Amino acid sequence: MFKRIDLPPGETPPAVEISVDGRRVEARAGDTLATALLCAGVVPLRHTPVSGRPRSPLCLMGVCFDCLVEVDGMQNVQSCLVEVRDGMQVKLQLGARHVEATS
Amino acid sequence: MSASYDLVVIGAGPAGLSAALTGSELGLRTLLLDEQARVGGQIYRNVDAVTPTAAQLLGADYLHGRTLAQRLANAQLDARCGALAWNIDRDLTVTVLHEGRTLQVRTSQVIAAAGAMERASPLPGWTLPGVMNAGAAQVALKSSGAVPSGRVVLAGAGPLLLLVAVQLLDAGANVAGLVETAPARNRWDALPHLPAALGAPSYLAKGMRMIRRLRRARVAWYREATSLRVDGTERAEALSFTAGGRSQKLAADVVLLHHGVVPNTQISRLLRAEHDWDTAQLAWRPRVDAFGETTHRGLRIAGDAASIAGALAAEASGALAALGAAQAIGRISEAQRDAKALPLLRQLATQMRIRPFLDALYRPPSWLLQPADETIVCRCEEVTAGRIREMARLGCQGPNQTKFFSRCGMGPCQGRMCGITVTQILAAELGRTPEEVGAYRIRAPLKPVPIAAIATLAAQGEEAVPEEAA
Repeated sequence: MFKRIDLPPGETPPAVEISVDGRRVEARAGDTLATALLCAGVVPLRHTPVSGRPRSPLCLMGVCFDCLVEVDGMQNVQSCLVEVRDGMQVKLQLGARHVEATS
Repeated sequence: MSASYDLVVIGAGPAGLSAALTGSELGLRTLLLDEQARVGGQIYRNVDAVTPTAAQLLGADYLHGRTLAQRLANAQLDARCGALAWNIDRDLTVTVLHEGRTLQVRTSQVIAAAGAMERASPLPGWTLPGVMNAGAAQVALKSSGAVPSGRVVLAGAGPLLLLVAVQLLDAGANVAGLVETAPARNRWDALPHLPAALGAPSYLAKGMRMIRRLRRARVAWYREATSLRVDGTERAEALSFTAGGRSQKLAADVVLLHHGVVPNTQISRLLRAEHDWDTAQLAWRPRVDAFGETTHRGLRIAGDAASIAGALAAEASGALAALGAAQAIGRISEAQRDAKALPLLRQLATQMRIRPFLDALYRPPSWLLQPADETIVCRCEEVTAGRIREMARLGCQGPNQTKFFSRCGMGPCQGRMCGITVTQILAAELGRTPEEVGAYRIRAPLKPVPIAAIATLAAQGEEAVPEEAA
């Protein structure tokens, strides 16, 4: 849904590799997770818990909560507020969240 | 982070940075918190790390943020990014989630500089993937040097809409249409404010440059559009609207909506400070004095979170709030405070000259404030405008009652997206003013936090506030 602007050689930030539902996705150092996912064409980003309709981020500034994903095992993370890290494990949230038994 | 500070500033945009820098320069032990990974807020997002190419596209107004970032680098204060202040007690103890740990910090002066957020544009289809706020596209350009791909249609009213359109054009995006929704009468209503606006010629010149740029690019441009609707099933495919008496449909891969920005009042609401309804900006604003102090002693609000006035005004307002805090705890005298305030008040007044003109010219159309029954207003719980009206007819008197009965405003965004819309729908339906109808009651946590973040706090107890070297 998004594309990178052309940068002259030397300006391109280093590549960062994250995993999205087990698929390898290339991002750039300094990206927020939300923009990295938009650039990788991850649409929709989630399905709502209420009706199951598809959503993608609206505001990218921490207000709308439509960019919620699971990051390294933590659910409901606002992906517009965290930066990508090499090896970050991202899972898309399809529908309502659940609590896992820990016994 | 220490257990106590003279001043805690929440938000590291222009107002918060300026407040924290001024506070520390006055000798206050200052803590600056921001939930984002970097300082700058939205307006100066990523300003200390942006690529030269993106910096050039974003322009001098954006790069001004570097002056604040550089001052911060040399300042004696404790600045923490990735730090979410999720509660403020009545005694102003601030609860912070930082790097997975919950900490409590004591202070007698809090400056909340939570900034603005884009006004919701509830119209049919606005929940579809591919529909974003125009500001979001600018954020993506700042933080990742990214622009929307495919055909981009921008719709709404406000200077930011034009600015984003120009920046996207310059960045090589395919701007397939600009659909302005400001009604024709706005221009008449703005006219009386034009003389004052002429006192801010640089703003007007900037506006003219943007208009010329868009004309030169021959962007399909529609004015006074009504009946906007985003078409599509799984994602946005087109924007339909009526303009000049004709139905129009622009194919679009990304639709960017914008109807101005409104203060983010979650913190001032949390502490039950008094708020007033701004009839020009159609939004709530906390009641503050010249030094940002709300009706809750020691809680100050600076920048756009107090009233929409832009980044340069926010910088002045942040410094004024810090002066107020320093005087309140006896670090400077009233006379010293007032002397230092004078140039800041002048700066603020200069920045405010253009505001009444812009507020009138870009006042959102009434149809946006009173969405059709089938339009979703609460995106989280998927509650429609019709459901709100139905509840008003059944006897609900305000947003807290409609929340109770429908979950409208009870989702993860905690009413940020729907609050102003619901208040206006209820006001119209009940024949009352927004003040009489009221707003959502905001409670901690200010944002959803893991239960563990609350549990570890309880385990620490009152005595054992964790302390670590700053």
